[in-house]
Parts: sequence; structure tokens; C-alpha cells
Amino acid sequence: MNTLILRTVAPFLTALMLLFSVFVLLRGHNEPGGGFIGGLIAASALAIYGIAFGVSAVRRAIRFHPMAIAGSGLLLATLSGLISILSGVPFMTGLWVYPVIFEVEVPLSTVMSFDIGVYLVVVGAITSIALALEQNEGES
Amino acid sequence: MAANAPALTFFALFLPFIAAVFAPVLTRLLGDRAAFVLSLAPALAFAHFCTFLPEIAGGEVVTGGYAWAPSFNLSFSWFLDGLSLTFALLITGIGTLIVVYSGGYMKGHEGQGRFLAFMLAFMGAMLGLVVSDSFLMLFVYWELTSITSFLLIGFDHEREAARRAALQALVVTGGGGLCLLAGLVFLWNITGVTQLSLLVHLGDGLRQSPFYLATLLLVLGGAFTKSAQFPFHFWLPNAMEAPTPVSAYLHSATMVKAGVYLLMRLNPVMGNTPAWEILLPFFGGITLIAGSFLAVRQTDLKLMLAYTTMASLGLLTMLTGFGSAHAVEAAVLYLVAHSLFKGALFMVAGTVDHEAGTRDVTKLGGLRAAMPITFGAALLAALSMGGLPLFFGFLAKEEIYAALAAGNPRAVFFTGLAVIGNALMFAVAFAIALKPFVGPHVETPKHAHEGPVTLWLGPVVLSVLGLLAALFSGIAHRYVSSPMASAITDQKIVIDMSTMPHLGLPLLLSVITVLLGALAFWRLTELRAFMGRALESLGPGPDRGFDHFVSGLVRVSGVVTRLIQPGRLEIYITATFILLAVTLLVPPFVFGELPGFPTWPATILVQEAAFFAIAVIGLVAVLRAKDRLTAIVSLGIQGFAVAVIFLLFGAPDLSFTQFMVETLSVVILALVMTRLRLSPRDHRPLAQKLFDAMVAIACGLGFTLLLMKSTQAPFDTLLTDFFNAYSKTVAHGANVVNVIIVDFRGTDTLGEIAVVMVTGLAVLALIRVRAGKRAGSGEGQ
Repeated sequence: MNTLILRTVAPFLTALMLLFSVFVLLRGHNEPGGGFIGGLIAASALAIYGIAFGVSAVRRAIRFHPMAIAGSGLLLATLSGLISILSGVPFMTGLWVYPVIFEVEVPLSTVMSFDIGVYLVVVGAITSIALALEQNEGES
Repeated sequence: MAANAPALTFFALFLPFIAAVFAPVLTRLLGDRAAFVLSLAPALAFAHFCTFLPEIAGGEVVTGGYAWAPSFNLSFSWFLDGLSLTFALLITGIGTLIVVYSGGYMKGHEGQGRFLAFMLAFMGAMLGLVVSDSFLMLFVYWELTSITSFLLIGFDHEREAARRAALQALVVTGGGGLCLLAGLVFLWNITGVTQLSLLVHLGDGLRQSPFYLATLLLVLGGAFTKSAQFPFHFWLPNAMEAPTPVSAYLHSATMVKAGVYLLMRLNPVMGNTPAWEILLPFFGGITLIAGSFLAVRQTDLKLMLAYTTMASLGLLTMLTGFGSAHAVEAAVLYLVAHSLFKGALFMVAGTVDHEAGTRDVTKLGGLRAAMPITFGAALLAALSMGGLPLFFGFLAKEEIYAALAAGNPRAVFFTGLAVIGNALMFAVAFAIALKPFVGPHVETPKHAHEGPVTLWLGPVVLSVLGLLAALFSGIAHRYVSSPMASAITDQKIVIDMSTMPHLGLPLLLSVITVLLGALAFWRLTELRAFMGRALESLGPGPDRGFDHFVSGLVRVSGVVTRLIQPGRLEIYITATFILLAVTLLVPPFVFGELPGFPTWPATILVQEAAFFAIAVIGLVAVLRAKDRLTAIVSLGIQGFAVAVIFLLFGAPDLSFTQFMVETLSVVILALVMTRLRLSPRDHRPLAQKLFDAMVAIACGLGFTLLLMKSTQAPFDTLLTDFFNAYSKTVAHGANVVNVIIVDFRGTDTLGEIAVVMVTGLAVLALIRVRAGKRAGSGEGQ
């Protein structure tokens, strides 16, 4: 599968898909999309990169162990749920803030950070499975 | 009381645990001196509980606590009356001395920090147990004492015997804890309360309940295992594998007394019935006699003490269940006396072992010159244990005989048991206190000399307390014994037993006991040999039975596991799908809930028909595929077609996810295929294929029927309306699906992503194990 065409296209494709996955993640609250789907797209992107350049290239590119990414996602999601306890409302209550950045009102919420956590868990878990399977014996 | 007393009590209850957390670090920083610092924790708790003494002596009870799960009527609440306060004082007071003693005993041991941590954690568990008000808290602490004592007994974990003893104690007392849990649930169901303090006045209803006997047996299952009553006694002597400070603490005032505590606590509620007054004295009596005879047989100082502990616990159980206020008074006095002298004697045994290098009583002698302080402490403790005048043990024994000695045959019988047991314990007490110290000097493995202050402080304080408590018995009774006996009997009791001997039957029985004991002490060697022969003729005891039980359990679970977990994926999958088909197909047929024949839609759009056709083509391709890889890719065709159908019918989120899942599952399955090097083709025989096809078709049929039925049922739009109405206004999101996932049902999602994460880890581990094996075998070739 390691053809010249794939190797040429793969970086662009991966970058586009990752960008798209973030787009899907962020728009999820109002239109089709969300953390699960975004995570799946990002995992596919990394799979393509892996098919083209090999496992160690992917591992170098993402810097962290995919399981660490998944773990940080789970942590982020849990913390997003816990913030509401500090504000005296039940666990997992969505809290919203509306800061104005460059004259644009940007709605931010614990719901969003929770969704980002979901995204990271899905990317991390699936990528780590895919990479482990893709890895040839001998590579570490 | 100050207003912040509840918070202080809460802190006092957790102080040992806090100290346990810091024990390893402190030991690393301060070395052997850490024990002094750590002993402050139980000492402070002791001081705090002392402040309750006047209040409790005045007949009040102190309760406090915090709501835990109010919706389940659960609270973290404590309850201090005469009974729990006495226990709390014994636990923290003796605990302080034990921590100091441990510092001396474990001096230079590399595991000292760990040891102190376990010890303090155990102390916290024990303290929580005796002050617990809510049932659940009682159970949690009860099991916590089992677990921490497992760690303590198995401290020397490199020795097989220590590991076995620890496991045995855990299995016996932990199993008993499960009995107790069931008993507590019964109590809860019968009375409707979850707090011990509320239980006290509900005794009548409980005693008349048809489940009374079952409840009693379950509770006794917990108490008897913990307090090492026959036939569960065997774990106690085995637990002597632990370092001596552990034995001194667990078997004087704490662990084994937890069962006695429970019996005393439940006495006003469950006592005063024939079952209670038969079972308790009967098993207590057997334990008393068995323990005292077994003690005589031993030559190891610690084992002698261990068996007398068992005997003492039997005596306490017997007295608690005897059924009179006098007997309860006797139990109270004996419990306090026993905690003091047994703690002291165990520590003496440890010191002798530490300084002389052996604790075999036949290899020790003439240490009085080398270890005068230890000798003095041992002598004082033995005088109390032997029940001689001027000591607290004497008061206890007088009260025992006063309580038991009545005219009826039952009383005569149990008095006889008590006299024999006490006489033998008298002999053992003096064997421990005199044999190693008097007589001609015997050469010991180590050159013996007096231990440091840490080693003799504990025994001296405890044994002197045994004397002082008797000399100033008025104070001891006013603050400790009387409130405790009042709590156990739920009526006002004033104990006035003093150390002045009164002429009468009890004194006569005491004299007989001492004479018999002296005789046994004088002919101890012959008695020991005789007991050894007698026991050998009896054959193996319950200790061996435990081994058989455990190995039998392992065998049975091995057989069961091989039966239900054969390890072949095909069998698991077949079983899963057969069960699925049965679940889907049986209910509609049995309950006549089959769907009606669907109406054919009036118009079918061309694109819809086209994608249905593609899905069917995908299926045909799967069935006709020559090798597995083709089959996987063909399955993808079908999946994509379904995703498009979702899209056509207005479920973009679902369709989107389906696309991604299909893509990734094809990629991952293909990777698995190349990785596992399965044979590329399907080699199942025809019969197997037909069977599998049947299962598959049954599942498909079941799902089809289920889906048809659910679309034909009138659609309840309650949830849809709710989400449509509130998604934007409450959760600020227009995409209802995503709002449900991340907001309305966010906790579910949190659980799901945790599952995803764990699955990822598990898959990773499996792949690694496989790779590791292959690498390993590669090296071998």
C-alpha cells in the first residue's frame, strides 16, 4: 500500500482530515458532529498517515503515546464534570461563559471541554489499537 | 462540651489513618525515633476520648456524625456509650504503647515504616469499628480490620508460614464478615433502622421475629470467627507468625475482642432468649476449655499466650451469653483486666525473644538478673492473670464466680468449666512469668540483657495499671466498668467489687482455682506431655481441615472455570449469539407479540431502492467471498449502504458515525487479519457452516421482528418533545443528539469513554502479550 501517490497525498490528506475533525467536533453542538465523530475522523486520519509512512512516523508526529492522549481526554472530561460541583450545582451540570474575544462573543462551556475530552479518548484509544496492530514485530 | 466536638471526634477517628499515611516517610526521615512521633496520634485520640469520661459516667451517650448518602438513610455516624468508650480507650491507650514498643522491637528493620503504617491503619479500623453507629460503617470497619490484620500477620511475607497464616486469618474473619453483613441486612429488614443507637429499644420485635434465629446465627458467624471461638479458633494461634507487637495488640485488646464487642453490643437487643443463652455459653465454654488445655501443651511463649487468649475469649463469650447482669459485670471486668495483662505479657514475650533470641520456655531460665524490669512487669501481669488479690484480675475472677455460682445444674456446670479454665490459665501465666526468669541460668542464643526503655515501657505501664485499677477500684468502676456494664445490659448498673476479699463461695472457688493452678504449674512438664499424647490421639484438627477446604475450593473453581471458559473464541461467540437469538425470538412467540405484516410504502424513491440493492449486494459478496479479507471489505459495502440509508431518512449524526465506524473497522479488521496470520480461507466443515448460518439467520430474524414491532407500536413522543423543547433553551445547543450525549446524559457518556479507554488498554495489553511471546520464542530458537 506504500505507493508514491499515497505517500505524496497522505500528509495533505491527514492534515485536512484532522482540521476537519476539529471542525466537526466544534460544530457538534448545533449541527451534525461532535466529539465521537470528530475523534473517529482524526483516528482515520492518523491511520492513513500510518499506512503511508509507517507506525514510528505516526508516533513521532503525535509526540505522546496515544494512550496518554486518551487518558488526558478522560481526565479532561471528568474534570469538566467536576467543575460544576465547585459551583454548588450537581455533577455534570453544563456551565457557560461568554467572553468577548476580538469583538466576537465566543460561547465557551464545560460541555464543550467535556466533548473535547470525548474526542481525545476516541482518538487515543482507537489510534493506539490501530498502531499496535500495524506495528511490525521488531519495531518498538 | 465545646461546640466543635463532633469535628474533633471525627478528626480523632481519622488520626490513626493520617499517621499511617505519613509513617513510611517519617521513618525514612527520623529512623527509629519515628515511632515516638507516630505514637502521638493514638495518644491524642486517647486524650480526646478521655474528655468524654465524665459525661458517659453520668449515663449519657454521645452521638455525632455526618450524612453520607441521605437518600439511602446512610450516615457516617458514631455513638459513644460506656461500651464503645471503654473499647476506644483500650484501643488508643494500648495502641500508643504498642507503637512505642514497635519502634524498639523493629529497630533497624528495613520494613519498619511499612510496619508502623499497617499498625496504625489497623488501629484506625478498630477504633472506627467500636464507635460505629450505622450498620454499614460497622461492616466497612469490620472488614477493614480483617484486611489490615492480613497485612500485619503476613508482614514477614517471605516466609511461607506467615503467608498461610495471613491468608487463613483473612479467609476466616473475612468470611465471618460476610455472615455479619447478611445478619446486619436481616436486622435492618426486621427493625427498619440502620443505626445501632436506634436498635436498642427494638429488641422485643426482633426477638419475636420469625427470622430471629437466622439473624442470630449470621451475627454469631461474624462474631465467632473474629473472636476465634471453637471451631474457628485455629487462625488465632497461627497468627502468631506475625511480629510480636502485632500479637500483643491484636490479641489483647483489639481484633479478637471485636467479636466480643459485637456480642456485648447486641446483648440488649438479641439477648435474653433461649437460643442466645444456649449457643453463647456452649461455644464459649468449649473454647475456654479447649484453649486452656491447648495452652498448657505449648512451650513457645507466644503460642502459650495465644491459646490462653482463645480461652479468655471463650470465657467472655460464655459470660456475655450467660444471661444475668452479674455475668455481664464479670465479662466487663475480665475484658478490661485481660486487655491489660495480656498486652503486657505478649510484650514481655517479645522482649524476651528479642533479647535472648528464643521464646521456647524450656530453653530459657535465670534471666531475672539480666532483665529485672521485664521480670517485674511479667510478674505483675501474671499475678493479675492468675487472679490473685490486689490485682484487677482478682476482681474479675471474684465477679465471675459470684455470677456463675448459683444452685442450678447449669450454673454448676459452667462454674466447673470456669474453675478448670482459670486454673490452667493461672498455671500458664506463671509459666510465662517465672520459667524464663528464675532458676539456674540457661545459655540462650543471644546474650540477654535488659531491653531499651521502648521495650519495657509498655509492659510496665499495662501491668502497673492492672494493679492501680484494682487498688483504686472505685474510680475504675465509676468511669469504666459501671458505664460499660450499663450499656451492655441497657439498665443502670453499679459495680462495687473491690480488692478486699469477702468470705463466701466466690472466694472459696478462687482458692480452689489457685490451688489447682499451682498444682498444674508444679507438674507442668508432665501435664504438657500428657496433653501432647492426648491431642495426637485425637487426630488432625480444624487447622488441617482449613487446608483441605482451600485446596478443594481451588479444585472446584478450576473445574467450573474450565467448563464455562473453554478459551475458544468460536464457542463464546456462538453462545452469545444463540442467547441473543433466544432472547429476541422467544418472547414474541410466547406472549403473542408478533408484529403485523408491514404495509408496503406507496412510493419508493429510486435512490432509496438503489442503496438497498447495494446493501444486499454487499451481503451476497460477503457470503461468496473466497477469502477472509474480501469478506471484510464486502461487509464494508453493506455498512456504507446502511449509512447512506440513515442519511436519506434524516439521521445525519448516526450516518456520519456509521461511515467512520465502518471505515475504521475495515481498517482494523484488515490489520488484525495480517497480524494474526489466520488461514486466509474458511475451513469450517459444512455441518458447522449450516449451524452457524442457522444461528445467524435466527438473530437476523429476531432483530427484524423486534424492529418491525417497535415501529408499529404507537410512538411515545414524550422524550422527543422534552429534548426538542429544552435542548436549545437549557443546554444552548441546536443539535439534540449531541446535546443528549454531552449534556443531558453526560454521565453516561463519561462511563462510555471510560469503557473505550479501558478497552483500548486491554487490546494493547493483549497485543503486547502476544508480541512478547513471539519475541521470547524467537530468542529461544
